[in-house]
Amino acid sequence: MYKIINKEQFSENVFRIDVEAPLIAKARKAGHFVIIRIDENGERIPLTIAGSDLEKGTITLVVQRIGVSSNKLCALKAGDYIADVVGPLGKATHIEKFGTVVCACGGVGTAPMLPIAEAMKKAGNKVIAVLAARTKDLVILEDEVRKVSDEVIIMTDDGSYGTKGLVTNGVESIINREKVDLCVTIGPAIMMKFVSLLTKKYEVPTVASLNTIMVDGTGMCGACRVSVGGETKFVCVDGPEFDAHQVDFDGMMSRMGAYREQEQAAFAKYKESING
Amino acid sequence: MELTDRNAQWRDELRYSMSNKERTEIARVKMNELDGEYRSHNSEEVNQGLTKEQALLEAKRCLDCPNPGCMTGCPVGINIPSFIKNIERGEFLNAAKVLKMTSALPAVCGRVCPQEKQCESQCIHLKMKKPAVAIGYLERFAADYERESGNISLPELAPKNGIKVAVVGSGPAGLSFAGDMAKKGYDVTVFEALHEIGGVLKYGIPEFRLPNSIVDVEINNLEKMGVKFMKDTIVGKTLSFDDIKAQGFKGMFVASGAGLPNFMNIEGENLIGVMSSNEYLTRVNLMGAAKDEFDTPVLKGKRVAVIGGGNTSMDSVRTAKRLGADLAMIVYRRSEDEMPARKEEVKHAKEEGVEFRTLHNPIKYIGDEKGRVKQMLLQKMELGEPDEKGRRRPVAIPGATELVDVDTVIVSIGVSPNPLIPRSIDGLEVSQKGTIVVGDNMQSTIPMIFAGGDIVRGGATVILAMGDGRKAAAEMDSYLKNS
Ligand SMILES: Cc1cc2nc3c(=O)[nH]c(=O)nc-3n(C[C@H](O)[C@H](O)[C@H](O)COP(=O)(O)OP(=O)(O)OC[C@H]3O[C@@H](n4cnc5c(N)ncnc54)[C@H](O)[C@@H]3O)c2cc1C
Ligand code: FES
Repeated sequence: MYKIINKEQFSENVFRIDVEAPLIAKARKAGHFVIIRIDENGERIPLTIAGSDLEKGTITLVVQRIGVSSNKLCALKAGDYIADVVGPLGKATHIEKFGTVVCACGGVGTAPMLPIAEAMKKAGNKVIAVLAARTKDLVILEDEVRKVSDEVIIMTDDGSYGTKGLVTNGVESIINREKVDLCVTIGPAIMMKFVSLLTKKYEVPTVASLNTIMVDGTGMCGACRVSVGGETKFVCVDGPEFDAHQVDFDGMMSRMGAYREQEQAAFAKYKESING
Repeated sequence: MELTDRNAQWRDELRYSMSNKERTEIARVKMNELDGEYRSHNSEEVNQGLTKEQALLEAKRCLDCPNPGCMTGCPVGINIPSFIKNIERGEFLNAAKVLKMTSALPAVCGRVCPQEKQCESQCIHLKMKKPAVAIGYLERFAADYERESGNISLPELAPKNGIKVAVVGSGPAGLSFAGDMAKKGYDVTVFEALHEIGGVLKYGIPEFRLPNSIVDVEINNLEKMGVKFMKDTIVGKTLSFDDIKAQGFKGMFVASGAGLPNFMNIEGENLIGVMSSNEYLTRVNLMGAAKDEFDTPVLKGKRVAVIGGGNTSMDSVRTAKRLGADLAMIVYRRSEDEMPARKEEVKHAKEEGVEFRTLHNPIKYIGDEKGRVKQMLLQKMELGEPDEKGRRRPVAIPGATELVDVDTVIVSIGVSPNPLIPRSIDGLEVSQKGTIVVGDNMQSTIPMIFAGGDIVRGGATVILAMGDGRKAAAEMDSYLKNS
């Protein structure tokens, strides 16, 4: 059992949760994720590690309420327990001095990007972060990102904060004004797809962190597989980060909908159970 | 030892109580099974075990040979005539004791071992054109009797020696190693990546063939013997080999299994509805996906094709039937004779209404507009020349293909060794296939690391994994004592 030490609400549906997991806190690096199982009947879901506190022995997870599991998780309070947390999983981000690195994040993607931006900055890169969200309230972790970036560009769909436009507009404006050596993108699959298409046009090397369906997270089942450069890869062990220009995003998005019907039915039942 | 001494008085008397002719004339017992149609809709255990009367009679069939062939067919060398004769004289608990002298998990082996290829294939009865003694059924009977009697005997433990040893993985190899080392007085900790202990016994083999409660009893016994289990802990990720050493462990046994599913790399294999048997079985067995109260989903296909002819394939196709498939079909590229699955599993699958499409091989999957598999293209095959292993090689018949409607495809064509450990330890020698290289004494190229089970053999069997664990325990014990 893993104790929740602290919980904070970032926006209507986004929460920060610090969980006691000292071994993972010690071993994890930027880019790693964990698999959690909330209770004895829960499913195993992957969540990227957004940070850790070695002294307290905690890791930070940032969770958006979407389906049953994320809602169950966000309903827990500080002092409650999660049945299982296992990790750190996946390969850590490849960090080196590239030059100028653009970190393009959408929505909760900002959370897993934070440690990557931090590590890139430490390695001597110029870090420019583009934080995109539908509206002002959904922009998260802005201050934290500012601390580890040379520049932060905020994009909102409705123009309620920063510049009106999409993440791709932000990225393109940077590419048009200076040389970008690497782009890292984390966010919804559709967003990463468009960032990837854009940077491909400008031939900017790009890394995307994929968030496929997973079960074990150790390479045992293949639920997480995705086609990269025409080859099947397991996101949990070969990734989660891949050369975005090689990723078959359409195939990935299709696979992410594999259980949509079941998920919707389960969610309807879940809502009924908490309201009734 | 009185229990295993062929010349003990009770044993002599038993042997002369009945002539060999009378013994061979007894017909082989039939396993009590649930009805095929009934059981194909639930997860109840198919084999119901033998009654006392059946076991007593079957035990009489054993001739108590002076040079028992059966024992040479057993990878862990169970003293088979001795346990059977203890059954014959009604000493069922003693029979279980004999089993436990060499086998850590008799209730498991009695259910899942391929006896027809091992002990029973060497039985003297076969030479007389009679069916072999049902050694596996009797093994299960004795182990079940002991468990159900509530008189499970814990083995004698040597005084604690305070030496810490680590085990990576809690499948049969890891469990048998842990049990033996605990008996020898070591301080044993088993690290397991998943949230359940048991490896394939839990996440792979279904409830209808091996109930989890049986495995749990064995695990509880190990806990009672002082073995510590750390779930959710991946060696090489959560803890490095250096961390293990720093924690004072003097030896490490790697039993991480062959967890990586193989795919065929054919068109359409990443469509929705196509998955590995590991994914399918894990969802159902480990995650409870077929039950409403569990959150994990599973596709309950109506037309399910399982690709492959091994135990895993049979387990998958029989699971599909239980989840409500109208058509549950095995697609296998050779003929039924070459199928690696146990005969019993094939028979059970047929009784449950599974279709067999042998001499067929998928070459392509076709999806609908939503990316879900809707058809598969099968290539018809014929058998050609034998390969290195003597199995006749399947060859495609040019132009002979067939399109079959399916909504779920389960790929079950074998597994490769789990690469996590080999990737994370420098200096550990690994073969081209990804298995850890060990000597006859199960020791790897790093002296304090021993390995066994599927990570050394590739996909093998429960009993071989257990045998490796046992051997590694003896070898590590002498290594640690002499260093
Ligand atoms: C569906 C199915 C049916 C089968 N049916 C039969 C049968 O009828 N008869 C038979 O004899 N055999 C059968 N087998 C084969 C048999 O189950 C295996 O040969 C046997 O389980 C191998 O045992 P093992 O201990 O080597 O590994 P496993 O049972 O695979 O256990 C390995 C364990 O190690 C864990 N692990 C891996 N890496 C790490 C790490 N880095 N840190 C911590 N833990 C780790 C894994 O999570 C797993 O729990 C079947 C296999 C399957 C999949
Ligand atoms: S999640 Fe099972 S292999 Fe990646």
